[in-house]
Amino acid sequence: MNAVDHTLLSVENLRKTFSIRGGFFRKPLTLTALDDVTFTVKTGETLGIVGESGCGKSTLGRCILQLLKPDDGKVLWLGQDLVGLRAEAMRLWRQDLQVIFQDPLASLNPRMTVGDIIADPLRALKPDLSRAERRARVIRMMEAVGLLPEMINRYPHEFSGGQAQRIGIARALITEPKLIVCDEPVSALDVSIQAQILNLLADLKDEFGLTLVFISHDLGVVRHVSDRIMVLYLGRIVEMAPGDALYAAPKHPYTRALLTAVPIADPKRARERTIEGLVGEVPSPINPPSGCHFRTRCPYAIDDCAKARPPLEPAGDERVVACIRWREIDEKGLAAATRATTGAGDVPSPEAELRLEEVQKPGFTPEDPRPDLL
Amino acid sequence: MAGITGKDAILTEYAEQLARGADAPKGRSLSRDALRRLLRNRAAMVSIFVLVAIVVIAFVAPAFMPWQPRQVDWSAFRSPPNADTLHYLGTDQNGRDLLARLLQGTQMSIIVAIVATFVSVTIGILYGAIAGYMGGRVDAIMMRFVDMMYALPYILFVIILVVIFGRKPILLFIGIGAIEWLTMARIVRGQTLSLKEKEFVEAARASGVRPLSIILRHIVPNLTGPVVIYATLTIPEIIITESFLSYLGLGVQEPQTSLGTLISDGAGVFEVMPWLLVPPAVVLVLMLLALTYIGDGLRDALDPKDR
Repeated sequence: MNAVDHTLLSVENLRKTFSIRGGFFRKPLTLTALDDVTFTVKTGETLGIVGESGCGKSTLGRCILQLLKPDDGKVLWLGQDLVGLRAEAMRLWRQDLQVIFQDPLASLNPRMTVGDIIADPLRALKPDLSRAERRARVIRMMEAVGLLPEMINRYPHEFSGGQAQRIGIARALITEPKLIVCDEPVSALDVSIQAQILNLLADLKDEFGLTLVFISHDLGVVRHVSDRIMVLYLGRIVEMAPGDALYAAPKHPYTRALLTAVPIADPKRARERTIEGLVGEVPSPINPPSGCHFRTRCPYAIDDCAKARPPLEPAGDERVVACIRWREIDEKGLAAATRATTGAGDVPSPEAELRLEEVQKPGFTPEDPRPDLL
Repeated sequence: MAGITGKDAILTEYAEQLARGADAPKGRSLSRDALRRLLRNRAAMVSIFVLVAIVVIAFVAPAFMPWQPRQVDWSAFRSPPNADTLHYLGTDQNGRDLLARLLQGTQMSIIVAIVATFVSVTIGILYGAIAGYMGGRVDAIMMRFVDMMYALPYILFVIILVVIFGRKPILLFIGIGAIEWLTMARIVRGQTLSLKEKEFVEAARASGVRPLSIILRHIVPNLTGPVVIYATLTIPEIIITESFLSYLGLGVQEPQTSLGTLISDGAGVFEVMPWLLVPPAVVLVLMLLALTYIGDGLRDALDPKDR
C-alpha cells in the first residue's frame, strides 16, 4: 500500500431515493435507499460493505458507478464530481471504474462469445485498437484470470458459475481500471469456488494494483478480503472501521448483533451459543423509524434514540460509529448498559458477552473462506 | 500467477498455439441448439418441406409451362381440367390456363408476404427496441403514436393510399407493412423493457458501451426468439390480408394475379366451375398451415423453457 494517503474515491452526503407509484388513489411513496452516506476509499485498499439485504449495499455500488443517478451528494473520483457529468463524459471515465456482478451468468450476454464479451469494453472505450490487438489482449486477460484461451469462441451457457465469474472479472479488468466495485461477486457460488474466486481477486488486486469496493452480506468473506469495513443499516452507515478492529471490538450494537449471528461451521460450538438478541424484521425503508433507524431492534435503545439521527462519531483508530450510547456500551459492558435501559427490547443474558468473546478469538474464522487448498 | 499456479505452462502453450494460428474450437451457440431442436420436430420439418416445395415450384415451374398466364386459348374457354389440351387445372372464363395463373398468383403472394414481413420486422424491431430502451418520455411519445396508428382502420389507410397513388403492388407492401410493424414494435418494446434490466445490459453500460451499440449488440440479438416466431406468424397474416384486399379489388391488378384474386374470382362461379376455386384455396391453406406449424416449431425450439 502507498505510504502517502491517496484518496481515490470520495463519496459525500450521497442520497438516493426511489419513488414507488402508489395505487390509483394512493400517494406515491418514497423509499430511501441511501441516506447521507459519506466515506472515502484510498488507493490500493479494499473497502468492504456489509449489511442485510435491502440496506442499500448494491444501490451504493451502482451510485458510485453512475449506473443509478443519486438524488443528492457527490461522488468525487480523483477530485472530479461524477454525479453531474453528461453521459459521454462519464463514459470515458468508465475505463477507470469497473464492476463485477453477483450473478455471473446473468451478467454475460448469452448471444455473444466469451471473446466478444471480454472485448466489449475495449471496443467501446478504445476504438482505435486493431482487431488483432484486441484479441491478443483478450487472450492475455483470459490467461490472467485462469481461463483457457481456447475457450474464446465458446458461449456463456457452456461455463460453470465459477468460470463465468472469471469471465466477468476478465471483462472488468480488460480496460485496466483503477477501481472495481464487486457487487456480491461470490454469493452465487459454491463455497469451494468462492475461495478460488476470492484468491483470484486478491492475486489480481496485487498484480494490477487495484482498489476494490467489496459488497457482500457474508461477514466471513468480507473479513477475509477487506482492509476496512463499512456496515450499512437501512441506507445509513452505522459503523466503519479497519477490518480487524471491527471484528475484534464491534462498537455499534448492530455490528455486535451481526457478528454474533455469523454461522459457525461446527455444530457443537454452534449449539452452545444463541444469537445476540435481534428481534423483529428490518423496518421498511419506506417508513423507517425516527432518530436512529436501528432503535426498534436494538437491545440498548433508550428514549433519546428516537429523537435525532445519531451522528457518525469518530471512535479512534480510523473508526466511526453512529450510536449515541456506544461509549456507555463499550465501557460498562453489555449487561450493564442493558440494565440501564428502560426495558426496551430483549435483555441479552450474561452469556451473550461470552459468546461474543468466543467469536472474537483469534482462531475463529466464520465459514473459513480460504481453506488453503490451492 | 500465484493462487492458481500450475496451469501457467499449459496456458502459455495454448497461447502460443493460438498465436501460430491454430484456431480455437467453435462454441455451441444458442441458435445452433435451437436448430437441433427444430430438426427433431417432425411437424415443423414436414411443414418446412411443404413450404419449400411450394416456393420452389412457384418460382421454377413457370419456365416449363405449356401455357403462359396471359395467353388465351381460343379453343378452350371454361374448360375443366383436361390433360389432352395440357390444361391440367382447366381454364377460366377467358380461356387462360389456371395452372399458369395459379403459379403466378402464388409467386405474387409469396413476394408480398416476404417483403411486407421484412419491412414490418425491421421497422418494428428498431422502433420497439429504441422506445423500450430509452424509456420515459421518449417511450411514451413513441408508443402513443403506435396507439394512434392502431386506432386508424387499416382498410381506410390502404384505400386512401390507393386513391392517391393508384393501384400499384408497391403500395400493397407499404400499406400492409405499415400496419404489421405496430404489433412487432409492441412485442419488441415489451421484451426490451425486461431485457434492459438484465445484468448483462447493466454490465455493458458500466463498460462504457454507447446506447445505440447496446441496443444493436446486446438487446436486438436477444430478441431473436420472439421476433422469429412473430415473423413466421406474420407471413400468413399478410397473405390473408393481401387476399382480402385483392378480394375487395384493392390489391393486385389484372393481368397480374395473386392467390386472393384467384380465390375471389373462383368463389363467384364455384357452383359451375369448381376447378377455379379449389386449387388456389388448397395452395393457400397448405401454405398457411405450414407456416403456422413452422412458427410453433420455432417457438418450441427457441424457447424450450416455455413448453
